[in-house]
Amino acid sequence: MAEIEKVEYWRWTESNWKNPEIPDWHGSLITAGVDIGSTSTQAVIMADGVPYAYSNMRTGSNSPDSAIGAINWAMQDTGLTLEDITYTIGTGYGRVNVPFSNKTVTEITCHARGANYIYGPTVRTILDMGGQDCKAIHCDEKGSVTAFMMNDKCAAGTGRGMEVIANLLAVRVEDIGEMSFQVDEEPAPVSSTCVIFAKSEATKLMRSGWTKEKVLAAYCHAMALRVVRLLERNGMELDFAITGGIAKNIGVVRRIESIMGIKALKPTMDTQIAGALGAALIGKELVEKKRAKENQ
Amino acid sequence: MIANYGYEDGSGHYYIKIDTSKCAECSGKGCIEACPEKLFATEMDDFDDEVVLIREDARNTLQTSCAHCKAAGEKELCRKACTAEAIGFSW
Repeated sequence: MAEIEKVEYWRWTESNWKNPEIPDWHGSLITAGVDIGSTSTQAVIMADGVPYAYSNMRTGSNSPDSAIGAINWAMQDTGLTLEDITYTIGTGYGRVNVPFSNKTVTEITCHARGANYIYGPTVRTILDMGGQDCKAIHCDEKGSVTAFMMNDKCAAGTGRGMEVIANLLAVRVEDIGEMSFQVDEEPAPVSSTCVIFAKSEATKLMRSGWTKEKVLAAYCHAMALRVVRLLERNGMELDFAITGGIAKNIGVVRRIESIMGIKALKPTMDTQIAGALGAALIGKELVEKKRAKENQ
Repeated sequence: MIANYGYEDGSGHYYIKIDTSKCAECSGKGCIEACPEKLFATEMDDFDDEVVLIREDARNTLQTSCAHCKAAGEKELCRKACTAEAIGFSW
């Protein structure tokens, strides 16, 4: 009997990166941030405050193993070992499970700091669309949090919800954004309150003859509406930026922009590493403060 | 920092707002004892201030947890006890 190929449509591409402008680092201060989210884990290594290397992979069933896997993948080809890292901060849902961390900091603080680095000091409102929650964050020009609001009651409006719809429609999660624009006119959104309702609604629409593209448009529209409600409740102040995995889905990003009548800042780096990047930056600041105190 | 703990579902939005800059200066933290549902706890924030938060395991059930206080029709017990006026409700 022929084997049926099982495609995991939800599986997004894991990646690692090493700064090509820094072939061999001999700097004085190496810090790291490890962000263990419910769905993905990132490790960022900074060399004197400059991103040196990072990795972005799925969180496994064991958080400490995910942390070790992420940092090892980030260090690959850098010649670094854990001993070379002066300070590591753990953040995210599983932050207490980073066995080699020196300190834990909440993901809200780290995302704001990371977004400030990625998008610049003009960012005031950040939307972090994670694997299983969604956060609206306000920050000042230094990237310090002034207000936040989150919703993790349901997977609707999160990466997990997007994975569910990818599997249902047999569409690779990375193709959803583009496909959702291949419609003649924007359909009404599916349920934005509950991912289970949205899934059954999508099934019903497919049976009634809707194309995959049209269903995806309705789903992205619903997701955008849900997060816009969160943003509006927390208060919107420009400039606006989006972090997290869903920031890579133009189907959702453009619909958020359209509903709110504003443009999100364009990212210069992988939006999924914002939390880990912020953690590594905070680590650098803590080490510098400590060194300054010791030198007084 | 204004921290909003809670959720939105099909029946409405249920957030408790805590101004942690106010509660960091509050030594009594009366809200913790005042809440019959023990929703409040303290933690050291990222700036090493002791602040109040809503327990993580209670954040998605606020509508039912706060039902008794809400039904009484008066100011909620946590807000009564909060001398810093750091607590607010979205519903």
